[in-house]
Amino acid sequence: MSILRLFTRSPRRSAPAARERLQVLLAHERASTGSDLTAILREEILAVIAKHVQLDADRVTVKVDRDENVSILEIDVEIPLDAARAA
Amino acid sequence: MGKVIVVTSGKGGVGKTTSTAALGAALAQRNEKVAVVDFDVGLRNLDLVMGAERRVVYDLVNVINGDAKLPQALIRDKRLDTLFLLPASQTRDKDALTEEGVERVIGELKKYFDWVICDSPAGIEKGATLAMRHADVAVVVTNPEVSSVRDSDRIIGMLDSKTLKAENGERMEKHLLLTRYDSVRAERGDMLKVDDVLEILSIPLLGIIPESTDVLKASNLGAPVTLSDARSAPAQAYFEAARRLAGEIVPVTVPGEKRGIFGKLFGRKAA
Repeated sequence: MSILRLFTRSPRRSAPAARERLQVLLAHERASTGSDLTAILREEILAVIAKHVQLDADRVTVKVDRDENVSILEIDVEIPLDAARAA
Repeated sequence: MGKVIVVTSGKGGVGKTTSTAALGAALAQRNEKVAVVDFDVGLRNLDLVMGAERRVVYDLVNVINGDAKLPQALIRDKRLDTLFLLPASQTRDKDALTEEGVERVIGELKKYFDWVICDSPAGIEKGATLAMRHADVAVVVTNPEVSSVRDSDRIIGMLDSKTLKAENGERMEKHLLLTRYDSVRAERGDMLKVDDVLEILSIPLLGIIPESTDVLKASNLGAPVTLSDARSAPAQAYFEAARRLAGEIVPVTVPGEKRGIFGKLFGRKAA
């Protein structure tokens, strides 16, 4: 009985999967297609940092997180260990 | 000056037109002057849902082009004296709408009506952006389903960047209207719950419209559901949502949910 229930129950709860997939997807989409602002910021921030350290353009992420009252601008720059010397 | 509301969603078929008709009628039933405007040029349907399809003479595009005056194009509802419809054109396409034209028509409507409710077409193209352009308040219609939630998120982003309010640095007021909600399936874990959608989209809740056969019945008859069967569950939910739009504080109840979960009811944020 309990084994049967295990099999019949697990595929029924699909809502948590929907929720999780949406959270992951939207976090990504808000970052990339959110607005022109993030694209502009990303480019300019990249240019400023590139003046001083050598870095990979793919290692810079600019994200705008929207909330009811505030928006958070998150900038994540990964700098390699020897970058400062290389520049 | 009246308030301009855009009813939008991104995705098609989630209930924008049904909600425009029901909210418009619900506000008019409070004796407020309401104009509902169909922005879906080429695929008009608000006239049909409101039962005015045989009374259309002039439309939004005619008014924009100056072929007709606004009072000539407005259709007064046969049941409610304070409810008017400005239909979309069926023979033109969305390029017939111009930014200046829409601005002029909305500006004029605002002078005569307490509420101007714009029924946006689906998609994110010109028709949808023009429908939201002059809005003071947005009602984002969403189904508890992944593609609808994703598109609503996209539309919220556009409301925050492409509207006049956003461009002027003001905050666009946005409300979530969750439609086709089935509390039994949500409780069972087969459908996204109200709180899931609220957490993901993070805009305040205007109302929850339950999945109901009454909605289809109403559109079959060409009447907003708040008029065709005012005591039905969806009508009651639309009345509540209209009261919240008008600024009343009404606690949100989940239609069909078992009583006694007070924490949930009071913990939820109303719009």
